[in-house]
Parts: sequence; structure tokens; C-alpha cells
Amino acid sequence: MAKELLKGNVAIAEAALRAGLEAYFGYPITPQTELLEHLSKRMIQLNRVFLQAESEVASINMVYGAASAGVRTMTSSSSPGISLMQEGFSYIAASDVPCVVVDIMRGGPGLGNIQPSQGDYFQVTRSAGHGDYHPIVLAPASVQEAIDFTVLAFDLADKYRHLVMIAADGQIGQMMEPAELPPMRPIRTERPEWALTGAKGREKNIVTSLFMQPEEEEAFNQKIQARLKIIRKNEQRWYEYLTEDADLLVIGFGTAGRIAYSAVEAAREKGLKVGLLRPQTLWPFPEDRLSELADRIRGCLVVEMNAGQMIDDVRLAISGQVPVNFYGRMGGMIPMPDDILTAIEETLTRLYSAAGLPI
Amino acid sequence: MLATLNAPISENSLQVVYEYPESLSPVVTHYCPGCTHGIAHRLLAEALDELGLREKTILVAPVGCSVFAYQYFETDGCEAAHGRAPAMATGLKRVQPDKTVVTYQGDGDLVSIGAAEILHAAARGENITTIFINNAIYGMTGGQMAPTTLPGQKTTSSPFGRNTTMTGNPIRMSELLANMDGSAYIVRRSLHDVKNIRKAKKAIITALKVQMAGLGFSMVELLSSCPTNWSIQPEKALEWIEDNMVPYFPLGDYKVRDEVNGL
Amino acid sequence: MHQSFLLAGFGGQGVMFAGQLLAYAAMDEGLEVTWIPSYGPEMRGGTAHCYVVISDKKIGSPIVNNPDVVLAFNNPSFTKYEPIVAKGGLLASNASLITEQSRREDITYLPVPATDIADEIGNLRLMNVVMLGAVVTAHAVLPLDSIKRALEGHLPAHRRDMLPDNYTALERGAAFANALFPVK
Repeated sequence: MAKELLKGNVAIAEAALRAGLEAYFGYPITPQTELLEHLSKRMIQLNRVFLQAESEVASINMVYGAASAGVRTMTSSSSPGISLMQEGFSYIAASDVPCVVVDIMRGGPGLGNIQPSQGDYFQVTRSAGHGDYHPIVLAPASVQEAIDFTVLAFDLADKYRHLVMIAADGQIGQMMEPAELPPMRPIRTERPEWALTGAKGREKNIVTSLFMQPEEEEAFNQKIQARLKIIRKNEQRWYEYLTEDADLLVIGFGTAGRIAYSAVEAAREKGLKVGLLRPQTLWPFPEDRLSELADRIRGCLVVEMNAGQMIDDVRLAISGQVPVNFYGRMGGMIPMPDDILTAIEETLTRLYSAAGLPI
Repeated sequence: MLATLNAPISENSLQVVYEYPESLSPVVTHYCPGCTHGIAHRLLAEALDELGLREKTILVAPVGCSVFAYQYFETDGCEAAHGRAPAMATGLKRVQPDKTVVTYQGDGDLVSIGAAEILHAAARGENITTIFINNAIYGMTGGQMAPTTLPGQKTTSSPFGRNTTMTGNPIRMSELLANMDGSAYIVRRSLHDVKNIRKAKKAIITALKVQMAGLGFSMVELLSSCPTNWSIQPEKALEWIEDNMVPYFPLGDYKVRDEVNGL
Repeated sequence: MHQSFLLAGFGGQGVMFAGQLLAYAAMDEGLEVTWIPSYGPEMRGGTAHCYVVISDKKIGSPIVNNPDVVLAFNNPSFTKYEPIVAKGGLLASNASLITEQSRREDITYLPVPATDIADEIGNLRLMNVVMLGAVVTAHAVLPLDSIKRALEGHLPAHRRDMLPDNYTALERGAAFANALFPVK
């Protein structure tokens, strides 16, 4: 298929539909609204389910219902709406039903603003609701990745019977880039054996997150943890650039990661030994690769559009092997390549002088 | 009389006059003695049996005393978050419109925390059926004030009696939902005596038929007892429904769309 | 080759569409491109801008501190963005509306009476296309024909009857720029 100039939000919507999305429930919120608008037209044209819910709370619980029926289902929102969905995420995670949630992050806390931000890192990777679990979180940095990760999200959700989130920011949602859409997959006609389809000729199926006996609840938690362990082993994804001889590793995801790419290029032009690691999965975090790289770099510079959230995962993976520096913008401000370049130069200066090396 | 009773019984003269409903699971419920949840469950199970719906029904249980309702029915079932049963039911029904989707919700779940979800399900004419148990109290958490607690009624969170100046007034949900254009059948019945129980069952059957015919949202509100948290004897609790709840929540048909009469 | 454009004006002046035409043209030429709008709660009338980055290599940041080319459609845009044009860059302005004086020595100014030209063609809304025609001529990143093809391919269906006028607008803009900066 030929490349088209596609807006991130529209690309995600169309990719979901082509990945076999059967039911979408959502609520308008900037900067993700084009996603809902695109599906309001396309899903109806294709005779699939589209419903604008009365709230994000209702959207996610409608998704919970549709997911319980064993269909590919999705909702999308932006940070404040994602906060409202936390309850639903937790129930979904505790019921082993697969679904996909798109978060086009914006500035916060509170109502904040509608500019791009990465302030939801904690809320999407650290449980997304009460209880012990992590969703799988994919972080695209381009329109093409947004498309590819949307298709991947549905496959991972089904494979693990798990909640999968796509954490992009307003810039990815609003940006247009040439990208290629996947071919249209047919809607799955068969329903999983656990789905709520009516107890015809079989024992009844139950979807519940309620385990009153602590022993039972603990056993269920152990089951989730065992699954997460497999996901953590299998699904770490990242993009890497010029790390081979790098003294400094710049680490950033999504928009911050792609802007850092420009900064790394500029640094290389100046002859600085700088590389980039851009996590594509935020959970599981690409800790194995980072830990390997930590053996041969002198330090890290974490770049985020928040006050420093992913940096916790970087520190855990690096485990004190090298110093970790941070450059971040907040409130919907986007870091510029020049600013990151300055941070790169400062960090390198500090690292080299600490090691007694010429700058 | 005795002679008749002692007469030998032939196989052919046996008639089934009572049977355990197929849709009701053969298990002991956790409900308190004298609680009318058991009656409501039985009525719903009988209605599903009589309409032949068991194998295509999905029951959405609420948070509240009936949180385990899905364990008591031989249908597919699930457990929604508090108040969100209508939203979850919407998801289930929209992707499989040929199935029968029933929410079973108490007053805290439906009238308080889930007010938005039920209102919008009714407004959308969501083709689901809601069984609404109104017993004027939060049962599972131990007898706190509900949105349907009567003025002056003592609960563990209104120990001096519900002061409406401070807490507002009870909400009459059937009247409210009847105003939604999307609702097709909204009635209030009571479970305090046999006559009313029979009427309640009839209403549940009608509500399910409304869904089968695709007419829109249907709800049967059932005035129910909670002897434990009302701190009165079970038979007195039934009287309390009649004496105190029925005057505030009048029984009757609040919305019966024309097409419903033809079912 | 790596060129960044900032287009700015009032909502309704066709800022976004002009940016998209550039992006489509670049894509059709086989180049990498990003287009990103400003987006705010106001739907009409507020100031709007978009960035377009065109490159023959993978594009990192779709937003830049100092765009190589600024297209200012109104006074506030001129005032706001004149200082950030990259050294040696181009500031194209809609001279029909912009009364601000130029203040820099290190950039090229391209004042185009775009609204007047559009008015002569018979449709004030063609101002953005006139500007685009002038800019791609004065700053030869993309051939004028590629913008023509983008118009042909992406003008909304209900505006297709305006295609000839759009071509005229493009050519009039190009002619104006040629007269100002004769190429070859």
C-alpha cells in the first residue's frame, strides 16, 4: 500500500479498524478527538459498533462489557479522561479480558492544557488503577509507529488476555506524516471460549474480579504476576541509534525521543560520542538492553516532557552503574533539539571532567 | 378428605406444580434471612425459564448485597464496577444484540454512584433490562443511608433519622427514568406480599419481552426488605415496606410505550 | 536538505491547508515530511500556525526554534515570528494586510500583496495559495508543479471547481516572486 499523509489520531483510528476493531466507545477530549470523529464515521459505514458515551467512566466500562463478550474493542482519551478510567482499567486487568486503550497525553496536572505532555508515564505504567499489575504500554514516536503499534496492541491484548495501552502525546496525535496503513483484516468470527455469549450447550461463563477469600485472591494475583513475568521477558521493545561507541546515552520515549534523535545527530556532527535509546514499550521497560549498555557508557541523559518519571525506570535498570542526568519540560512545553544539545554538552563535560579526561 | 389423600396415586395423576427453576443455580445464597433478594432472584429465573432465555442471557451483577448474583443464576454472568452495570451491559449488548442482557442493581449502585450510567442507558434506549432492588438502605456495607432512604429513617450514617434539610430528599428513579424518551417500559412493584410478588413476576416477564422485541430500555423497580439493616423482624419488614415505602414510592406503571401492550 | 517552514495567520486564512499542500507536495516528491498544527480551544478567528519540515533524511523534531521560512499572513504573525526566522532565512508576508516594518538585516523579506492578487482572481480565499506560489519560487525547495499536483490530489471534493483558480493563484504568486527575485 502507498504512503499517505496521515494525522496521528486518524492513523490510529484507521489502523485499529483495520486490525479488526469491532466496538469503540469514547468521549470527546482534546487532543485525541479526531480519533473518535474518524471512527464515528468509519465504524458506522462498516456496520460496526461506535458509541459516544456519557463519560470516560462509562466508556471504559462499555469497553469492559464488549471485551467480556470476546470482541476486539477500544477506547481513547487524553490524560484527564485516562484518570477517570482508572477504575475500569483495574477491573479489566483483574478479569483477564483483552482490550486496547489509547492515551494522547496532554499537559497537567488537573485540567492542565491541551498541549503535548508525557506526564501520564506513572499513571499508565504504574498499575493504571488499584491493585498489583501493569498494563502493556506502547509508546509510538511517529505516525507510522502509531499505526504499527495499534495493530500490535490488539495482537498483544489477545495473546496475553491483557490490557494494552498506547501512550502517545498530543504532538503524535496532531502531527501529519507520510505513513502506510495495514491491509484490512477480516473481523474475527469466532469468540474465545471464556467469552460471555450465553450458556448454550456449555457451562456458564463468568467474568469477575471478585475473589472474597484472600487465598483465592492471592492465587489470582500470582497468576497475573506469572503472566507479567512472561511479558517482561518477551515484549521489551526499543529503538537504538549510534550506541556502539557512545560515551553518553540519551534516553527518551515518544516525542521527546524523536526530538532527542535530532539532538543526537547535531551532537554527532560536532564529533560528540552520543547515542540514543528510545523505549518503544514503557511497560515492560527495555531494562535488559539498558543494563547491557550501562556496561559501556559513561553516563545517561534522560529527556522527558514531564518532571522526570521514566527516569525512575532508567535508574532501576542502570542500578547505579553510571550517573543519570535529566532534561525535561513540563506543562505542555516541548523540548527543542538545541536545548537537548546543550544538556548533552553539559552532561558530557561533567562526565569527562569527573573521569579526568580532556573535553 | 383423608380418604382422598390416602388413595393410591397413579403416575398419570401427578402434576408438576413446583419446580426449581432451571435458570437458578442449585446453591445456597448468602442473603440474610427474610431478605427479598431471594424472591427477586427466583422471579427473574422463572421469567427467563418461561421465555426460554437462559442460554442467551448475560447477567450483569452490581456492587452491593447482590454482588454475587452471577453465582446464583445458570446464565453467563459478570460483575460490574460499582454503578457501572448499565455501561458494561451496553458494551455486552451492542456487540451481540441477539443476546438478552440484564442488569441487577440495588439502590446505592443504581441511584447514587451509577445515576449517570442508568440515566444515559435509559436516554439512549439501550435495549437492556434492569431489575432495580430498592430497599432504602446500603446493605452490604452495613446499613448506611441510601439515596432512597426515607425522610426520618435511621441508618448507621443517619443515626438521628434522615434529615432532608441536610441530606436532600430520596430520589424516585422510576418516575425519573420514565421521562427519558428512550425508555420503553418502567414500572414499580413490591415484594411485600404474594399478590404483589405475582405482579412483580408479570412485570419482569414483560420487561424481558420488551427487550426481546427490541423496543428499548426496560426497568422493573422492586421495593424490597432489609430486615437486618432495618433492625426489624422479617415479617415486620414486609409490613414496613407497605406502610412506609409504598406511600413514598407509589407502585404503578410509569412508562408503558404503546407497542408494549401488544406483547 | 532539511528545510523548516512556519505558516501563521488568523484561523480561516487557510494556514493549515497551505501547510498541508507543502507537505503533500514533499511526500509526492519522495521526501520525508512532517506537518504539525497549533491547536487551541478557539475554532475560528484566533491566531493559528503550523510547522512543516521537509528533509531528505529522517526527521527528528517536527518543531523548530528557528524556521528557515516563515509565511506570515497577518500583522500579529509578522510581529511574533520575524525575530525567530533562521539567519539567512526567508520571511514571506501578506503585504496586503501587513503594515509592520521589517527590522532585520540578516534575512530576506518577500512581501506579497497576496490578498489583492487573490481579489483580482476573484476569490479572497486564494490568498494562501498565492503566498505558497511566491514562496516555493523564491525558495526553491519544491517545484511549483508539485504544489499543483498536491492541489489536484487534495483539494476537497466540494471545492474542485476552484482548481483552475487555484492554479492561477499559484502562478500569480510565482510570477510576483520572480519579478522580485528574478531566477536565472
